[in-house]
Amino acid sequence: MTNTEHLLEIEGVSRSFGSLRALDDVNLTIRRNEFFALLGPSGCGKTTLLRILAGFDYPDAGAITLSGQDLLGIRPNRRPVNLMFQSYALFPHMSVEKNVAYGLEREGVPKGEVRDRVHEVLTTVGLLDRAPQRPHQLSGGQRQRVALARAIVKRPLLLLLDEPLSALDKQVRGEMQLELKRLQHEFGITFVVVTHDQEEAMSMADRIAVMNEGRIEQVATPVDLYRRPASSFVGQFIGTGNFFHGSRTEGGVEVPGVGELPGTGQCEVGKAAQLLVRPESIKVVSEGAILKGTVVDSHFYGGASILVVRVPGLAEPVFISRPGSEDIARHGSLGLSWDAAHGFVLET
Amino acid sequence: MPKRRWTGITFWLVIVFLYLPILVLIVMSFNSSDSPYSLSGLSMRWYGELLNNEAVIEGLSNTLIVAVGATAASTVLGTLLAIGLHRHTRSKLLEATALSPAIMPDIVLAIGLLTLFSLIAIPLGLHAVLLAHIVFGTAFVAAVVKARMGQIDNSLEEASLDLGAGQVSTLFRVTIPTLAPGILAGALLAFTLSLDEFVIAFFTNGPSSPTLPIVIYSMVRFGVTPEINALASILVVVSFATVLLAQRLTRLTDAV
Repeated sequence: MTNTEHLLEIEGVSRSFGSLRALDDVNLTIRRNEFFALLGPSGCGKTTLLRILAGFDYPDAGAITLSGQDLLGIRPNRRPVNLMFQSYALFPHMSVEKNVAYGLEREGVPKGEVRDRVHEVLTTVGLLDRAPQRPHQLSGGQRQRVALARAIVKRPLLLLLDEPLSALDKQVRGEMQLELKRLQHEFGITFVVVTHDQEEAMSMADRIAVMNEGRIEQVATPVDLYRRPASSFVGQFIGTGNFFHGSRTEGGVEVPGVGELPGTGQCEVGKAAQLLVRPESIKVVSEGAILKGTVVDSHFYGGASILVVRVPGLAEPVFISRPGSEDIARHGSLGLSWDAAHGFVLET
Repeated sequence: MPKRRWTGITFWLVIVFLYLPILVLIVMSFNSSDSPYSLSGLSMRWYGELLNNEAVIEGLSNTLIVAVGATAASTVLGTLLAIGLHRHTRSKLLEATALSPAIMPDIVLAIGLLTLFSLIAIPLGLHAVLLAHIVFGTAFVAAVVKARMGQIDNSLEEASLDLGAGQVSTLFRVTIPTLAPGILAGALLAFTLSLDEFVIAFFTNGPSSPTLPIVIYSMVRFGVTPEINALASILVVVSFATVLLAQRLTRLTDAV
């Protein structure tokens, strides 16, 4: 059972609040030195799971081991786990230095060592010159670095981060994304990030668990989540896509109004299904078109353009992505095609 | 701009209405004549006489004993009550019950306490006044501290636990320091309220140890003397300074 690669094992964890099932038989394995993300919409149970790992909540059923040790039997203040709070929760009455030293002092680390370690970690996050200041004198990004330093200085086996970038404005957010990855490598600590922002999870995490209504829908690398979504929820939550509703056939999905569209997937023939095709997988062709339509709108995003194509027989327009600026006139007629391998048939 | 001028006038009328009696009182305290009703010249005479009045000095020391003791006890109890209410209950009824001694009419509390003290045979006296003042002081401190708790990030205490501190350590290192401005403001409030509390002290006190408001009352029964004006002026200044200090401390809070 014990595997040195596996740091954290979550088995059959469930938690209910009254009639609400916040976590429903969650199983998850997180590897050592991994940057792991729990991704899902609000109310999916990701925060409950995080609070259980930190020790502020307990599951109704299930087991959790950290490095082979039963985690649930350890009180929150004795766990080798630290949490970076969404609000940062910096102590307003203490200086930056005191905030960072707090955890080490409670551990009974000798004074000299506390000072050295605090200075070392403040240097790493680039805030040594801010050591005597109070949290309210810092910017949002600096506060976050202090919160991170305060959690990291304890050298936990596992660092939990609750929506770490949500309180920052867009520019600082990009910087902090890179910074978090750098620090994770530098300290060699396993990170578990909770977020509702798929771009944030995709850009930082090694692996992502997509959660919905207390269940884990899929655990995979960002690329696999995008390329091979295991459920229609994952397909919709990750990235953008065109969804065609119909019933499963041998070669794809039979969609009322436009006929059979090619795709592959696990779904049984005859069942209700939907076909997901990513905008960039759709090619514009002059012959052998699967769908035909007219361009009704286009949006230029610098590197790529999105064309909005109205297809007779379909209620929703089809979105396709083209590299560079648009080269197709609006109101022009267009043939669309894609490889069956790029159409994902998902159960509905 | 006529509208603006009218609000200005109303404001000043209210101020005059509120503070004219106090202003008269302070001016008359510097009166040199024996009559409290006619001003003949300015002097510090009555302040001097006040210092030589043994009844006043004794009343003041009794009042200070009660005020300091009640403030100390109600600050501790009130703070714990606020923390308990905040953490362990969402019941509005329980909260109202805990905080109601603060708004209950003094006379109700006074009669209730008097009845209770006689029933369980606690002799009346300064200690009874002290207990009675702790009752409403606790409610006031709890109300002020609870308001402060509402502004504080709940995750601070969790962060302390997460960083390895125990419950007790968290209480003293995180909870109380972040609540400190509220606790101080509550304590100052309890102090000023105890300082000039009359009704409850009148009911629960024994004859041998009158508090200052009771001393003043018995002096006034034979007519107002300028000495009373001097004493009242001192009380006004002390109360006003305390309120200003309390405001200052609560304002400090916002900066943090």
